[in-house]
Amino acid sequence: MFELLGVPPQALFGQLLLGLINGAFYAMLSLGLAVIFGMLNVINFAHGAQYMMGAFTAWMLLNFLGVNYWAALILAPLLVGLFGILLERLFLRHLYHLDHLYGLLLTFGLALIIEGVFRKFYGSSGQPYSIPEELTGGHNLGFMFLPNYRAWVVAFSLVVCLAVWYLIERTKLGSYLRAATENPTLVQAFGINVPRMVMLTYGFGVGLAALAGVMAAPIYQVSPLMGANLIIVVFAVVVIGGMGSILGSIVTGFGLGVVEGFTKVFYPEASNTVIFVIMAIVLVLRPAGLFGRAQ
Amino acid sequence: MDRRLLPAIVLLGVALAAPFIVYPVFLMKVLCFALFACAFNLLIGYVGLVSFGHAAFFGGAAYITAYSVKVWGWPTEAGLLAGIAVAALLGLAFGAIAIRRQGIYFAMITLALSQMVFFFCLQAKFTGGEDGIQSIPRRPLFGVIDLKNELTLYYVVLAIVLSAFWLIYRTVHSPFGQVLKSIRENEPRAVSLGYRAEHYKLLAFVLSAALSGLAGSLKSVVFQLASLTDVQWQMSGEVILMTLVGGLGTIFGPVVGAVVVITMQNYLAPLGEWVLVIQGVIFVVVVLAFRRGIVGEISAWLSRLRA
Amino acid sequence: MKSFVAGLSTALLLASAAQAQISDNVIKIGVMNDQSGLYANISGQGSVLAARMAAEEVGGKVLNMPIEIVFADHQNKPDVGSNIVRTWIDTDKVDVIADVPTSSVALAVQQIAREKKRIFLISGAASSDLTGKACSPYGFHWTYDTYMLANGTGNALVRAGGDSWFFLTADYAFGHALERDTGESVKASGGKILGAVRHPLNTSDFSSFLLQAQASKAKIIGLANAGGDTINSIKQAAEFGIVAGGQRLAGLLVFVTDVHSLGLKTAQGLVVSESFYWDLNDETRAWSKKFMERQKAMPTMVQAGVYSAVRHYLAAVKDAGTDDADKVAAKMRSSRINDMFSKNAEIRADGRVLRDAFLLQVKSPAESKGPWDYYKLLATIPASEAFRPLKDGGCSLVN
Repeated sequence: MFELLGVPPQALFGQLLLGLINGAFYAMLSLGLAVIFGMLNVINFAHGAQYMMGAFTAWMLLNFLGVNYWAALILAPLLVGLFGILLERLFLRHLYHLDHLYGLLLTFGLALIIEGVFRKFYGSSGQPYSIPEELTGGHNLGFMFLPNYRAWVVAFSLVVCLAVWYLIERTKLGSYLRAATENPTLVQAFGINVPRMVMLTYGFGVGLAALAGVMAAPIYQVSPLMGANLIIVVFAVVVIGGMGSILGSIVTGFGLGVVEGFTKVFYPEASNTVIFVIMAIVLVLRPAGLFGRAQ
Repeated sequence: MDRRLLPAIVLLGVALAAPFIVYPVFLMKVLCFALFACAFNLLIGYVGLVSFGHAAFFGGAAYITAYSVKVWGWPTEAGLLAGIAVAALLGLAFGAIAIRRQGIYFAMITLALSQMVFFFCLQAKFTGGEDGIQSIPRRPLFGVIDLKNELTLYYVVLAIVLSAFWLIYRTVHSPFGQVLKSIRENEPRAVSLGYRAEHYKLLAFVLSAALSGLAGSLKSVVFQLASLTDVQWQMSGEVILMTLVGGLGTIFGPVVGAVVVITMQNYLAPLGEWVLVIQGVIFVVVVLAFRRGIVGEISAWLSRLRA
Repeated sequence: MKSFVAGLSTALLLASAAQAQISDNVIKIGVMNDQSGLYANISGQGSVLAARMAAEEVGGKVLNMPIEIVFADHQNKPDVGSNIVRTWIDTDKVDVIADVPTSSVALAVQQIAREKKRIFLISGAASSDLTGKACSPYGFHWTYDTYMLANGTGNALVRAGGDSWFFLTADYAFGHALERDTGESVKASGGKILGAVRHPLNTSDFSSFLLQAQASKAKIIGLANAGGDTINSIKQAAEFGIVAGGQRLAGLLVFVTDVHSLGLKTAQGLVVSESFYWDLNDETRAWSKKFMERQKAMPTMVQAGVYSAVRHYLAAVKDAGTDDADKVAAKMRSSRINDMFSKNAEIRADGRVLRDAFLLQVKSPAESKGPWDYYKLLATIPASEAFRPLKDGGCSLVN
C-alpha cells in the first residue's frame, strides 16, 4: 500500500471515473441476468455470447448495410432480443418444470455454439469498430483526459439502468412481472398470458446484453470471445449482489467496477482476481449476498 | 450381484487387451478423464451439487505433481500423493465457501473460485505461465517399475484408476453414501434425523476434489506436461459434458461419457473450432432429450424390457 | 462409438503396414499451427499455402518422390499439439514439422522431435529458448525470436531518440521476458526505464494502465504483450489521445495482419520489429503478389518464413539424397539460405537462422497508397546484431 503515496489524489479521481465506466458494463450485464433470473429462474450462461452478438450485429449493420452506430444502438438489441425469444421458444421453454441446473447447462451449450460459429466465420483476432464521429475526441478535465465516448457510456448506461429499475419496480407492467415471479398460476388466472410474458422477459434481458455489446464495440475489439471471460466476472458480481433486487445489481455492478479500477492502480496484478476475492469474503459473511434475501 | 458384476468383468477384459489394438497414449487419456468424470459424478449424482470449478482440482494437482517430480526430483508416487493432497486442500477451501449456497449459486461460485485458481496459475512463477511445465520425467514407480515403457505405464495407470473406481463404489454403497443420498433427496429431513448435512456435503466435496486431483496428476505423468488448459473453465465444462452424456448418477455413465467425448475430440480434431460447436450441440440435445444419458437410457430401456 | 471402432481398425491397419524404405517413398510435411484462434491470421492456412508454394516451386517432387503436405490445428494448447505430433510421427510417418506458433506448443514439439529424430522448422513461435536451453540438433528457428523483437525495437528506438520508456506488460512469463530483454537493451543503448505496469492476460480494458503510462511522461510506451491485449491497448491508446499527445507506442509483438485489423487511423505511428514485409523489394513483392492472389491477404513474416524454411529443407533433401534427419540437418546447416525471404543467411550451431530484421513504423492514412501499404522502413538491423550471441543462449550443442 506504500504506493498510495506515489499516486496523487487527482489521479485517483481519474481512476474512479474509469472504474465507473467499467462498472457500467458490469451493471448492464448483471441487470440483464437478474431480470431473466427473476422471471425464468434460469441463469443465462449465454449472456456473454449474446453481449458479443450485440457488438457483432452493430459491426455487421455498419459494414454490410451502412447502418451507423446510433441506429445500431436500437436495432442490434432488437435483433438479438428476437434471437433470444427464438431460443426461449425452441429450447428454454421445455425446461421450466425441471431443476434450474438444466437451464444453466442448456445455455452453456448455447454459448459454446454461438461463440464457436462466430469464431469459425470471423476468427478470433477481432474486427475494428470506430467511435461514432459525434463522440470522437475528448476533454481535458485537469486530472485526466476523458474521451467523449467514455463519458457517453457512463451517462447512457446509468439512464438505461435506472429506466429498467423504474419499469420493474414502479410501473404496472413491472408489478405484473413481479407477481408472476411469485405466483405464476394466480397471475395467469387474472387473464395475463404468463408464458408470453416470460418469453418477452427473456428477450428483454438478452436485448440488454446486446445493448451493452453495442456500447462496448467502439472501445474493445469486436471479437467472438469478448464475452466468454466477462460472463464469469459478471456471475461473481451477481453472487456478490445477490439476486434479490434490481437496484442491488446496478449498485453492485458500478461499485465493483470502481473497486477493480483502484486495484489496477495499487496492485494491478490482482485486478482480475479482486472481484472473486470479494465474492469469497461476502459469501463467508453474508451467504445470500449484499442485497439478496435470505433463503 | 452376479449380474451386476458382469459388465465390470467384460470392461476389465477390454481394458486389459486394449493397448495391443489402440494407441496406448490415447487409452491412458481416456482413463484419466474417466476417473475425472467419475469423481465429478460423485458430487452431482450422489450429493446433487453441480460444480463448475472442477478444473481447478484437476489442473492444480497436475501442476503440483509436475513441479515436484520435475524440479524437486520427487519419485512419481510422491508426486501423485502431493497432487492429491493439494487438490483435497483446494477442495476443502472451495467447499467451505461454496457449500453455503445450493443449486445454480453453487455452480456459479465454484466457477468463480476456479477462475481465481486459473489466474493464480497464469501468474505464478512455478507454473511456467503459458508454457506450462514440460518434459516431466517419468521416474520409475517405487524405484522399480519402469514407466518409460508405454505399455507398463498403461497398466500402472489402469491399476490406479481401477482402485479409485473401487473406492468410489465403496463410498457410494457405504453408510456414508446412504446419508449423502438422503441429504440429496430431502435435506431438512436428514438434518432433523441428526445428520450434520453440511459436514457430509463438505466431506463428499473434498473426496471428489481429491480424486479429480488424482486424475489430473496422472494426466501430467502420462503426457509429461501440465498446462493452463488443465485449469481453464472449459475443462470444467468438458467434465460436465462427459458426465451428462454418460448419465448422471450412474456408476458406469461417466466412463462411457469420457470414452465418447475423448474419442470424438480425437477424431474431430481436424475440424478445429467446430469441435466446440459440436460439444455445444451435444449439451443442448442431451439436456433437452436424453437427460438420463447413454447409460441411464440403456438401463431404463432394459428395465422396460424386463417389466 | 462408430468413430471409435473406425479408429480401432485404422490403428490395426497402420500397425500392420510394413516399415517401408526411405519413409514410404513420400516426403510428408506437417504444417501445424493455429487454424482458428488468435494466431490463425498470422499463421493458419496462409502457412499451409506458403509450404505448398515452396513444394510447387520444385515441381511437387524431390528425388522423384512426391511431396505431400498435411496440416493440423493445435488450438494453442501444448497437450493438443504434442498429441498431434506424436500421432503424425508414430502412425502417419510425417518427415518434417513446420511453423508451430505459440511458444508453449513449440517447446513441446521440439522435445518430441528431438526424441524421435524429426526435423522441426520453427517459424511461428517466438521464445528464444528454442535455440537456447531447449535447443535441438533437429530444430531450426527461422523467422524471429523474442530476443530479436526486444533487442531490435529497444536498441533501434533509443538510437532514434526514444530514450525514456514505460512498459505495459502482460503479467505472465512471456510478457516478463519481453519486458526484461527490451529493458536491458534500452539501458545498454543509453536509454532509461521510467516504470512498468503489469496487466493480467486477456484484459479488456486498458484505460487505467494507459493513464499510468501517460502520467509517466515517457517518450516510448513499450507494449510487452501479444494478440488481443496488444490490439486493445493500441486501440484504447488512440482513444485516450496518447499518440496524439506526443508519446509513441512500440509494439513488441505486432504483425502486419494486426495492423490490418486495427486500421491505419488507430495504428498510425506505432513502431514494430518484423523480419519480413511484403513491400521491401521486387522479389518480395512478386512472391507476395502470388500469395495474395490465393490467400486474399498479404503474407506475414511467419508465413514467408514457412515458405523459406520448407524450400531450404527440400533443397537439402535433394543435395543429401535422402530424408534421413541427421544427414538433412547437416546439409541444411552447411548451406546458405538464398531466397526472396533471406539473402545469404547462415544457420548457426544452435539452430538459429541469422538474418536481418527491420524496424518499421505504421504509416498514417494520408501516407498509405492503399490496402496493405502499411509500413515505412525506419532501420535495418543487421543479422549480426539482431540475434542473441551464440555463447549467451545456454544451448547444449554449443561448446
